[in-house]
Amino acid sequence: MSTANRFVADHVAGLPRSGIRDFFAIVSQMKDAISLGIGEPDFVTPWHIREAAIYALEQGKTSYTDNRGLIKLRRALSTYVEENFGMSYSPDTEILVTVGVSEAIDIALRAVINPGDKVLYHEPCYVSYHPSVTLTHGQAIGVPTSAEDNFALDVDKVIAAWEPGVKVLMLNFPTNPTGGVTDRAKLERLAKFAVEKDLLILSDEVYAELTYDGQHTSIASLPGMRDRVIFLHGFSKAWAMTGFRIGFACGAPELIEAMMKVHQYSMMCAPILSQEAATEAVTNGAESVARMKEQYHRRRDFVARRFNEIGLKCHAPEGTFYAFPSIQSTGLKSMDFCKGLLDAEKVAVVPGTAFGPSGEGFFRASFSNSYEQLITATDAIERYVGGLG
Amino acid sequence: MNPVLKLLLEGEPLSTEQMGQVLGMSETEVAMELEKLKDQGTLLGWRPILNPALDDDENVRAVIEVKISPEREGGFDRLAERISKFDRVESCYLMSGAYDLLLVIRAENLKRIAQFVFEKLATLEGVNATATHFMLKAYKEQGYFIARAAADEDKPAVSP
Repeated sequence: MSTANRFVADHVAGLPRSGIRDFFAIVSQMKDAISLGIGEPDFVTPWHIREAAIYALEQGKTSYTDNRGLIKLRRALSTYVEENFGMSYSPDTEILVTVGVSEAIDIALRAVINPGDKVLYHEPCYVSYHPSVTLTHGQAIGVPTSAEDNFALDVDKVIAAWEPGVKVLMLNFPTNPTGGVTDRAKLERLAKFAVEKDLLILSDEVYAELTYDGQHTSIASLPGMRDRVIFLHGFSKAWAMTGFRIGFACGAPELIEAMMKVHQYSMMCAPILSQEAATEAVTNGAESVARMKEQYHRRRDFVARRFNEIGLKCHAPEGTFYAFPSIQSTGLKSMDFCKGLLDAEKVAVVPGTAFGPSGEGFFRASFSNSYEQLITATDAIERYVGGLG
Repeated sequence: MNPVLKLLLEGEPLSTEQMGQVLGMSETEVAMELEKLKDQGTLLGWRPILNPALDDDENVRAVIEVKISPEREGGFDRLAERISKFDRVESCYLMSGAYDLLLVIRAENLKRIAQFVFEKLATLEGVNATATHFMLKAYKEQGYFIARAAADEDKPAVSP
């Protein structure tokens, strides 16, 4: 047996493996499973975006770029964010192009967290939030969101969870995995609270374009918030560009400069071909985004309705391409439900617990899938649930 | 746009029952909507989209540019509609530019197309000139690629 474990740092050794990885290991053993477990669009990246990457390659664009990212991309992002979110950021000093939003979260935390600093985050949430805080030697404090609120953030719970030493509040609306959003009124209360406690907010809004009911509001756009919010966004979801790995951060020059230092010494820059593709996406991609969004919207309506018919209570997710139905009526634990479903019907969904303790009693089902697969999968889930009683 | 029509346009082959499931309508309601679309003339009909390279009958397709004289009353319509009535004419469009009508023709072989042009088309009163172009190979047919994309084996079955 290897004893190399002794070399692994304590705080890394102590990190749990992602629950998704464990579940993936099981699913990948199974032939012909229908997977509603994929956290990315079913669409391939629109051709005009792929073509921009090919063209850039033909032109010999194979170099490093400015650490902050191509200036033409940052200019295009500045325009896009102003037009769509209402915040104005300087392309020179207030925007940083990153390798996906994942890197942006990591370097934002590394740029601001001193050992022992506390970070509030809401869960169930994207799998990396808590570990990213731990990796910076910070302390993550989860604030549960619940089905009763359609997984919107309960501001009172945030206030109650606050304790001395909290420096950062992480937000992700619309939320992976719940599809929850938080309306303007709640964001205004949160903003007031953030000012009162002098909190920095990391707002991951990667699903913003995939908001189905009502208008998405960024907390960074609220009066007085701009300089205490790091706005994080990326191309993976709305533009179906997961493999390109492009995200970006916008914020006060001092914060972006601090993030840039970490980025510079770790990543150097985001890959140039991906940046070229992202430039095309943000400049000319609106039509593609709208087309995909419309298709997600119809699938959402269908899937949410079906889960409710089956007896798995499910709010219509107001954003993202995930439904997060409750399995409490079955009395099963999330992991047991999902393993059982996979064994019995070869349908893969992700146990809610992969996204945090408050995910117990739920599963995440991606509806970025063909209708035929969604119909087959929901029929299978109906059979499985029917057989449990 | 009518939700039934939107769903049809997405192109996934679904039964009326499945369409009903997706849209939260009964099968009868979907069927009624489809009837309505046909009655309105919005939905002209549907056919499978076949790969021309795998056409068992080895049909030949051509596009024909046609110059015609417009009439005092009705412009191009009477003649265009008359030409459209031939079974071989799959599509007929009035175009701007160097010619007036663009026809898409299908026939069993090259000879049949030639025959159609010089016997039926060119002889019509009001048809002044024709130019026939035979299709050699299809790369994309009504939105579908002819070359099949390889299956994506690299995409993980479960991801965050």
